Amino acid sequence: MTLTIPTFNLESIGPWITLSIFAIAILLADALSPKGNRAAAPILALAGLAVAGIQTASLWGKTGTDFARMVYVDNFSFFFYLVFILGTGLTVLISLQYLKDYGKNLAEYYALLLFATVGMMLMAAGSHLIMIFLGLEVMSIAVYVLAGLFREDARSNEAALKYLILGAFASAFLLFGMAMLYGAAGGTLFLNDLPAKLAGGFKPLTLLAIALLIVGFGFKVASVPFHMWTPDVYEGAPTSVTAFMAVGVKAAAFAAFARVFFLAFPALQPDWTMVLWVVAVATMTLGNIVAIAQTNIKRMLAYSSIAHAGYLLVAIIAANQLGVVSLMYYLLAYTLMNLGAFGVVILIGRQKDSYLSIYDYAGLGAQHPVLAASMALFMFALAGIPPTAGFVGKFYVFSAAVQAGYIWLAIIGVMNSVVSVYYYLRITVLMYMKPAEADLGPVSFAPAVTATLALTALGIMLIGVFPGFIYNLAMNSVKVFPGL
Amino acid sequence: MQLPILSILVFFPVLGAVLLGFLNRKDHRLLKQVTLGISLAEFVFSLPLWFRFDSQTAAMQFVERYNWLPQYGISYYVGIDGFSLLLIMLSTFLTPICVLATWTDINHRVKEFMICLLTLMAGMLGVFVALDLFLFYVFWEVMLIPMYLLIGIWGNPARRVYAAIKFFLFTMFGSVLMLVAILVLYFYAGKATGTYTFDLLKLYGLNIPFQMQFWMFLAFGLAFAIKVPMFPFHTWLPDAHTEAPTVGSVILAAVLLKMGTYGFLRFNMPLFPQAAHYFVPLFSILAVIGIVYGALVSMVQKDLKRLVAFSSVSHLGFVMLGLFTFNAPGVQGGIIQMINHGLSTGALFLIVGMIYERRHTRMIADFGGLSTPMPIYATIFMIVTLSSIGLPGLNGFVGEFLILLGAFKTNMTYATIAATGVIFAACYMLWMFQRVMFGEVTNEKNKDLQDLSCREIAIFVPLLLFIVWIGVYPSTFLNKTKATTDNFVALMEKAKATKVSLFHGDKGDAR
Repeated sequence: MTLTIPTFNLESIGPWITLSIFAIAILLADALSPKGNRAAAPILALAGLAVAGIQTASLWGKTGTDFARMVYVDNFSFFFYLVFILGTGLTVLISLQYLKDYGKNLAEYYALLLFATVGMMLMAAGSHLIMIFLGLEVMSIAVYVLAGLFREDARSNEAALKYLILGAFASAFLLFGMAMLYGAAGGTLFLNDLPAKLAGGFKPLTLLAIALLIVGFGFKVASVPFHMWTPDVYEGAPTSVTAFMAVGVKAAAFAAFARVFFLAFPALQPDWTMVLWVVAVATMTLGNIVAIAQTNIKRMLAYSSIAHAGYLLVAIIAANQLGVVSLMYYLLAYTLMNLGAFGVVILIGRQKDSYLSIYDYAGLGAQHPVLAASMALFMFALAGIPPTAGFVGKFYVFSAAVQAGYIWLAIIGVMNSVVSVYYYLRITVLMYMKPAEADLGPVSFAPAVTATLALTALGIMLIGVFPGFIYNLAMNSVKVFPGL
Repeated sequence: MQLPILSILVFFPVLGAVLLGFLNRKDHRLLKQVTLGISLAEFVFSLPLWFRFDSQTAAMQFVERYNWLPQYGISYYVGIDGFSLLLIMLSTFLTPICVLATWTDINHRVKEFMICLLTLMAGMLGVFVALDLFLFYVFWEVMLIPMYLLIGIWGNPARRVYAAIKFFLFTMFGSVLMLVAILVLYFYAGKATGTYTFDLLKLYGLNIPFQMQFWMFLAFGLAFAIKVPMFPFHTWLPDAHTEAPTVGSVILAAVLLKMGTYGFLRFNMPLFPQAAHYFVPLFSILAVIGIVYGALVSMVQKDLKRLVAFSSVSHLGFVMLGLFTFNAPGVQGGIIQMINHGLSTGALFLIVGMIYERRHTRMIADFGGLSTPMPIYATIFMIVTLSSIGLPGLNGFVGEFLILLGAFKTNMTYATIAATGVIFAACYMLWMFQRVMFGEVTNEKNKDLQDLSCREIAIFVPLLLFIVWIGVYPSTFLNKTKATTDNFVALMEKAKATKVSLFHGDKGDAR
């Protein structure tokens, strides 16, 4: 018996390798450097991300698969690589001072962030369900640990435990769904092969598999009714990790979600859109309505992230080219605006998160006008008010829905964004229209966080006013879905 | 090459706002002076529009067009016709006056106030010049934020937040439905003609099935009806007006409400003409109800500002009634009445603001006999009151007369009921005036009130000038809108003629 090793090209997974090597280097540097000196870790992490970014850019335009068809090499993945890299990079920037305040500026933190990013990339590029599962686990395990970073803090522990247990459940569902699919398709899990194989398969089994996959992905994107963990985990986890979860994990899960459903189940679209329609409406509505009642800013942003998952599901339901474009654009915009908002939360929350109530924002407009203005910008962007990227994202999403004929879904969606305006506006009301309840005291503007706020604010306006460039990039990427 | 006047008009205030950002926030005087300079410059920039406007043609003028998102059929496309010309002139004319009115009124966070004011101005002008639906929607929403902040930060401490949020949510509610309708229209037009575009002029005259027109008219109409505001969507208006700072009320009344009526004229009616004809009874009845209801409610107000606010509901009812006649006098009257309302009600809010600054109350009962200590104030107040009532020789008469003329041609009943609104207006305005200005000075505190300062008189002089000008020689203004109106009326006539066939076609298509 001869064993053949398929040819492969390491270049096509260059970003993964780079990030893994840098993550290991961070750990080694930490082990070898004198105790207490951790300045190298974040710098290494940023350097790794930069290199990975350059590699991704140089890969742009390539098409095909590699590693025995296990990995897609296409613009869709590369676009998401860039979103992940951006998200992780900004997370590193907002983490520095925050972790120092807690005495937790550990090298492991940065290594785990990079590993999680590799997992996300696997999810976006996996062409075989097992690859996607592997990516999901690589990412999730790293994030479980990150959520529990503050060992001494009960809430952080609770968050990590909750996320781990429920996440394990969701993974099991996902895996079980894949197993069903394996049976239904007669022994293949390649996304490209699935449609043909499923055509002759036993349909109820396929449907069951799809349902289980929806559970698994639905958990990761925090859609109703699999959202229960979100507020507690978002509240308990370190704020920087919450930001990372809200943008990175969600983006990765949506990338895989879109890829699997558009490539593997185009024929069954009527079946799964029906389910997702209900899920999307429930997700938007519950997220937005419950967010109104929140007084903790992190919980509010958690519910807002649930609502945004609902909007993003609309893009998947639309199942057209515009839908995918809107998904990609929206996730990029969401990464920027959410990380910006969490950056402000970190700045205001100082001294070990003692100021996390939304009422701590009262009077901010008078005391720190620029900080308040940037928070207002993030809030307006999240609410989807032009000329920010948030508006363009929603515009794309709802145009995709209208184009696909889901006018009611679009109407429910825009109504929801009116509801969301209420709680986003409340932050601006507090900042500008209420006197400070107590003197806020000095806010220490850590340079890295300030830079993040400037970058994200600029980015939101830039891609909001000139959306053409990103639109073209995304449009370039949807060619991987020939069926749409 | 022609100067891009419209773009300059839209973006110059934004530049000004950025400039203000670099000024010392402590130096209130400088901030106000710079803003005044910017707004005056803006007015000067808008003058060429007036003088170089060709009133013989209904075509769009001063057109500028650049690709924005060509992949999507979105362009930066601006231009004006007779309808928008007058409203733009009104906006640029009123802004310096507003800045002047803030001189002593606004004393905290002046920098932010002026930035909001200038951004608001950019948004307003953007709405009036946009000829691309996407661009229009962007400006329409952008303008919400500064107005919301104006009400919420500088308004009356007691209920400003409530009023600001109510304003924002009401407007947003209407406009998001409009967004869906815009998208539906976009995809429908794209499928029907093969070119996907948000270009308004290309979307005019599209043969849209009646049923679609019906729903889209309602979706657009809701957004605009809330903004106008038409009865029964007016409930945000008294709150927003009463709680807003004086200047906020002036801009809200004079310009922002006009966006609603302008929206009907520019978008609703030409885009969905058959539905517009279909909805004439509904909207006319709502307009008439608004006229009478607004007047009756004004009559019982105890608060001067609330009274003026409700009178807006009544006046805007007239405008809507005029527009929905689809004949030349009605439409022209509607447009001139928009300008009139801007001048008169703007002036009334300024008058109320000035007395509030002196006495810190707006309750009618707290005043009485003010004409004794404040003769100049009384004179100006009188002229403005009469203009608001519609006394011949002043501007209000021209607008209301034309509207009623148009309305009588189409439906006697509406016109008759609406005419009673004129009488009611005389009642509540004159009664209010009598209680505030005439008689003995009943309240000790009113004895030695300061009469108007030179600055305050300077604010009113241009307003009064135009109040009289429009009243005596309205042709200056009517001429500018004539060609556009004729074109609009012809378009609506044509649509009416094709109505039947569309109905048939529609019925024929239905399963």
